[in-house]
Amino acid sequence: MLELELDGKQLSVPEGSTVIEAAHQAGVYIPHFCYHKKLSIAANCRMCLVQVEKAPKPLPACATPVTNGMKVFTHSEMAVTAQKGVMEFLLINHPLDCPICDQGGECQLQDLAVGYGDGASRYEEDKRVVPNKDLGPLVSTDMTRCINCTRCVRFTQEIAGLMELGQAFRGDRAEIMSFVGKTVDSELSGNIIDLCPVGALTSKPFRFSARTWELARRKSVSPHDGLGSNLIVQVKHDRVMRVLPLENEQVNECWLSDKDRFSYEALNSAERLTKPMVKQDGQWQEVDWNVALDYTAHALRDVAKNHGAESIGALVSPHATLEEMALVAKLMRGLGSENIDFRLRQSDFSADGKRQGAPWLGMKIAEINTLDRVLVVGSFLRKDHPLLAQRLRQVAKKGTQVSVIHSADDDLLIKLFAKAVAAPSQLPAMLAQVLKAVADAKGANAGVDVTVSAEAKRIADSLVSGASAGVLLGNFVQHHPQAAVLNALAQQLAGLLGAKFGFLGEAANSVGGYVANAVPKGEGLNAARMLAEPRTAYLLLGTEPEFDCADGAAALAAMKQAKSVIVVSPFKSQAALDYADVLLPVSPFSETSGTFINTEGRVQSFYAVAKPQGEARPAWKVLRVLGNLLELDGFGYDSSEQVRDEVLGGKAEFVSGLDNGVDGVAVELPAVSGIERVADVPIHFADALARRAPSLQATADAAAPTARMNAATLARTGVVAGDMVNIGAGGTVSLVAQLDAGVPDNCVRIAAAHSATAGLGAMFANVTVERA
Amino acid sequence: MFSEATLRKIDREVAKYPAAQKQSAVMAALAFAQDELGWLSQDAIAAVAAYLDMPAIAAYEVASFYNMYDLQPVGRYKLTVCTNLPCALSGGVHAADYLKQKLGIDFNETTADGRFTLKEGECMGACGDAPVILSNNKRMHCFMTPEEIDKLLEECK
Amino acid sequence: MALLEAINPLLSAGWQQGGHEWRLENDAGWRLKDYEARGGYQSLRKIIETSMSPDDVIAEVKKSVLRGRGGAGFPTGLKWSFMPKAAPEKYIVCNTDEGEPGTFKDRDIQRYDPHVIIEGMIIAAYAVGAGRGYNYIHGEIYELYQRFEDALDEARAAGYLGQNILGSGFNFDLFAHHGWGAYICGEESALLESIEGKKGQPRFKPPFPANVGLYGKPTTINNTESFASIPFIFRIGGEGFLNLGKPNNGGTKLFSVSGHVNRPGNFEVPMGTPFAKLLEMAGGMRGGRKLKAVIPGGSSAPVLPGDIMMDCTLDYDSIAKAGSMLGSGAVIVMDETTCMVKALERLAWFYYEESCGQCTPCREGTGWLYKVIHRIEHGQGKPEDLALLDRLTVNIMGRTICALGDAASMPVQSFIKHFRSEFEYHIEHKKCLVPPDVQRTGSTFYTRKMGQA
Ligand SMILES: Cc1cc2nc3c(=O)[nH]c(=O)nc-3n(C[C@H](O)[C@H](O)[C@H](O)COP(=O)(O)O)c2cc1C
Ligand code: SF4
Ligand code: FES
Repeated sequence: MLELELDGKQLSVPEGSTVIEAAHQAGVYIPHFCYHKKLSIAANCRMCLVQVEKAPKPLPACATPVTNGMKVFTHSEMAVTAQKGVMEFLLINHPLDCPICDQGGECQLQDLAVGYGDGASRYEEDKRVVPNKDLGPLVSTDMTRCINCTRCVRFTQEIAGLMELGQAFRGDRAEIMSFVGKTVDSELSGNIIDLCPVGALTSKPFRFSARTWELARRKSVSPHDGLGSNLIVQVKHDRVMRVLPLENEQVNECWLSDKDRFSYEALNSAERLTKPMVKQDGQWQEVDWNVALDYTAHALRDVAKNHGAESIGALVSPHATLEEMALVAKLMRGLGSENIDFRLRQSDFSADGKRQGAPWLGMKIAEINTLDRVLVVGSFLRKDHPLLAQRLRQVAKKGTQVSVIHSADDDLLIKLFAKAVAAPSQLPAMLAQVLKAVADAKGANAGVDVTVSAEAKRIADSLVSGASAGVLLGNFVQHHPQAAVLNALAQQLAGLLGAKFGFLGEAANSVGGYVANAVPKGEGLNAARMLAEPRTAYLLLGTEPEFDCADGAAALAAMKQAKSVIVVSPFKSQAALDYADVLLPVSPFSETSGTFINTEGRVQSFYAVAKPQGEARPAWKVLRVLGNLLELDGFGYDSSEQVRDEVLGGKAEFVSGLDNGVDGVAVELPAVSGIERVADVPIHFADALARRAPSLQATADAAAPTARMNAATLARTGVVAGDMVNIGAGGTVSLVAQLDAGVPDNCVRIAAAHSATAGLGAMFANVTVERA
Repeated sequence: MFSEATLRKIDREVAKYPAAQKQSAVMAALAFAQDELGWLSQDAIAAVAAYLDMPAIAAYEVASFYNMYDLQPVGRYKLTVCTNLPCALSGGVHAADYLKQKLGIDFNETTADGRFTLKEGECMGACGDAPVILSNNKRMHCFMTPEEIDKLLEECK
Repeated sequence: MALLEAINPLLSAGWQQGGHEWRLENDAGWRLKDYEARGGYQSLRKIIETSMSPDDVIAEVKKSVLRGRGGAGFPTGLKWSFMPKAAPEKYIVCNTDEGEPGTFKDRDIQRYDPHVIIEGMIIAAYAVGAGRGYNYIHGEIYELYQRFEDALDEARAAGYLGQNILGSGFNFDLFAHHGWGAYICGEESALLESIEGKKGQPRFKPPFPANVGLYGKPTTINNTESFASIPFIFRIGGEGFLNLGKPNNGGTKLFSVSGHVNRPGNFEVPMGTPFAKLLEMAGGMRGGRKLKAVIPGGSSAPVLPGDIMMDCTLDYDSIAKAGSMLGSGAVIVMDETTCMVKALERLAWFYYEESCGQCTPCREGTGWLYKVIHRIEHGQGKPEDLALLDRLTVNIMGRTICALGDAASMPVQSFIKHFRSEFEYHIEHKKCLVPPDVQRTGSTFYTRKMGQA
């Protein structure tokens, strides 16, 4: 620890602290622009100049290391004169039109200018004008306002991992820009809006739609990936206008992914379902709630009576709240059906009944920072888990060896130690090789008979050499037809290594679904079987089966053949209008209270930030009424909190009962055969909200799916990149062939969850490839 | 985009730096690219960046930071005259004026025949030899009296 | 000068006399064989043959009180001693990015004696334990970059560079890196950024290059002339070098004399030589006109009125006492035909043009300074402008990452301080005190060639 005196206060701060960090600890504010605790030190704005005893000139607090016995004066005459001098320079070329600036009211420059500016400027020369840049659909620019603090540049380099912005030219001609004509395509790009201390980078979707002081700020939780980013949702007249991060170092730090940030557009989408609707004689009618609920209760009761309760299946979105999931499960069980599941993209359920608990991250999110070896298996990491990828990027920079096993070789923008790319069918074998190599190194028996490849050996050597390893299984593993085998292998590997072992939670409630018991017990049918053995009636909670299920085509067919499909959703879609017979409008996360349990088991409850649109109602209330109409026991809730507390058995910060272990899974390694599909779920198609956010749909990440193959596979199939190809599996679709050296041999990468590929059927399948 | 000879020159530069520091060769690579193509188009900059495994914008930062890269087409002969104070004291400005008048162009302009572009330069570290003119970034001409300038222009075909 | 001529290898190449012509093909004597004939690489051999330890080498350099010739005058031996001993990867970097207006000495060293730089760098590398070095060469002197590459090839072929140099077991590789036109890359940390393939924006210090330098590794960076002085120090001993100059100002130094003199050029004189002597060596004032002002240490050094300068000797201490800096030893001489406002305007433009753009005060302030001075020069000055300029310089100086902010401010402050009446005249009368036609005759074409006796 170092002792120092700051503005007369005695402080002791950790070795290596800077003056600004010391001031922060003491609760003293030092004005600054370029400094940001998560970014490297640039010390270029010079706003943070302070006086340090014995230093002849003022020093930048952000870059000056504390030394023992140092005396710092942040408000002395020397300091304030220096700060005012800098402020004057910052303002000479800055437009002084705060009233029309989008940043007005939340601008650091504006705030500080009040304190440090000198009213009238002495500057009488022409002001600089800087041309605006097109950075894409999310970030709007007003570059004349830029003060060249380079926070945005450093963000793209250091946090997003790819330098997409730079400061070109020099002197006062310096301009922040992307490479000419290029947009910023990072899945984290929206953070530069928050980082920009002035109005140079602002939100394009939000642009000029409201003044900041008109907005109510309400806390919420992101409904997308398993991280559960904490949100500030800004609301005007019950309309969500903007979403910002709520800082939580343990979860999202101070960041949001673009999906977290911009998917709110969907909340105001024209596809919002705002009235209950019932189909009669093939005609949709808007009806009153009581009519719709009566109809629904009757339909369920009829099917149960005439076909047996087990002919009803419930498919719940993993993005639904804990309370919603729990009530659907209770309702189904009340009717006598165990057919309930939220694991919609899973295809291998053989571990059911063998699990020791609910699958989870296997550690706290923040513990990732303490790992010195990490193996990520089967994950489109950057797109599936943008902020977890960001964490791994940071630890890799600090020396953690990160290795990857996957069926794709996308640039994760992480400094990888080793990687092994294999066809989906060979993923278990590859993991088994690593296991074998680790077992050999440890003198243990892996129980698998494989030849260890050089890549697997390299990964194993890395894992063995560390002190604290982690093995993480991504969405691709969870979707994989040998998910249980992969689980068992990873479990064994982690056991040998004494490593942490976890699943990267795919959705906001991937853990919550287990906790809410929204999984079949006993003879109940899992999601796959509910579709393979079509039911007479389906209850869909927030689910769009054609996009959300492992086999969209089969799911759609199952819905179409059903006698009754009850859709409980914030949205109506053409597909639902075709197959459903009731549409019950419910609130998205922003209009209901509820709980997400994130991938580390953290219980994150939130309140509604806005009133429900139209006649939409919180789903927990709708389900409660349905329960009552069906005269089921235990639906007398007054609040969603009661539901939650019943599920969790009281208040808890983290849930218990989490365990990734499986018992008695026989490890069989499948052989290679034919051309395999590698299916990713593109980031902005993963859930119903993202799919309906126009700005997200305009990003590069939302580009139309193609059939990606490596050069060898292209040659073997006689296809040239750019050709149209017919891909055959369950059905046939035509796509443009694209060269992608990162796709394993004899594989075609084709995105799932997209209307252009929905006809193909299962995510994991052998396909045929022919020139169209 | 670049000839084999240019790529080999770049490789030779890359070899000067530690293996993980390919980017160190970007200045030289951009210069070779400019030599070959006459100026640095965005495509040329992107190609250099790709060759050195660096982000295109990082290469653009470099290309736009250093004076002698031309981000716009220039004439076959780019003449840069130093007009900084020490040179100005010995006729640097007069040399520039003489050139302007002879070529009928101002600084940062190119003659209609595409032969000459005139640039104002900063200190070239040759103040004792004023007036100094740099042609095409590489050849320095010293003691440039009007007669010498005439000779130089003659030589530039 | 006879003493120097006998012992200084640089001098025997004839390069410090001034009055040479810029004709590459006519240059003789820069090749390895010529250098060796002058006793080149003997210092390196001596160090290796007598098994001097790196510490001994540093001690000898400390003894010489060689002060860095790049401008700041920091003692070279002391700088070398800051290098951490244990670090496995260290670098030596030579700063030949000479771009400070008025300075052209390093170019001549490159031109006439590239091997003296190489030998100096090898000795330095040996002293600090560096395995690799780079010489960063100013963009506009491409022909000399090529020459240096040739000299490096010669040195490699002769076993002075590479593995196991002269059988000592010491390995050192040296390369040249060519700049492409940015004054700021003369600032040492900007130079390192530039070698790393980035734009030349200075780094905040601490950490200093000795701890975190090129590629994040400990690095010693010195000016060309500093390295070029090293072999000579080991030729005559540290003490001998010190005694050539005066206490605290060891050795001889190169002075680049430009401007209104009859024979502009580089002159090597012992530290402490009277300025009047240097002026005489440079052929005296052009056309016998009156000395008005001198910038004694490159354009960033404060200007001094001629009469004050005439009383100075050429060493760090004397010039500092007079209120300026010896800097890089670039002496810009101005006679009575000079308009000081115009002269300052040109310098202000230079700093505006060359600011790297990262620090607010420098990025915004250099442009503001220029615009105000430009206005004054063009008859639109206001009485309050001088106070404004003063305030702006105060707000820039000492508030930036590197010293360019100071470098831009010091001329403004000193020009106004010493020639205030000329600025006031401009503002009041909206024209120059020195009539334009007089200015024109004073600054018309003049080349050493034309004026040579
Ligand atoms: C704006 C600026 C420009 C500089 N230009 C040069 C230069 O052209 N050559 C040089 O040797 N040092 C220059 N320096 C000084 C270097 O930063 C550094 O101090 C020097 O190279 C150290 O070498 P020395 O100790 O041998 O003098 C400059 C410094 C600043 C702030
Ligand atoms: S003082 Fe000027 S040149 Fe130096 S680092 Fe700051 S902005 Fe760049
Ligand atoms: S915050 Fe310290 S210089 Fe910008």
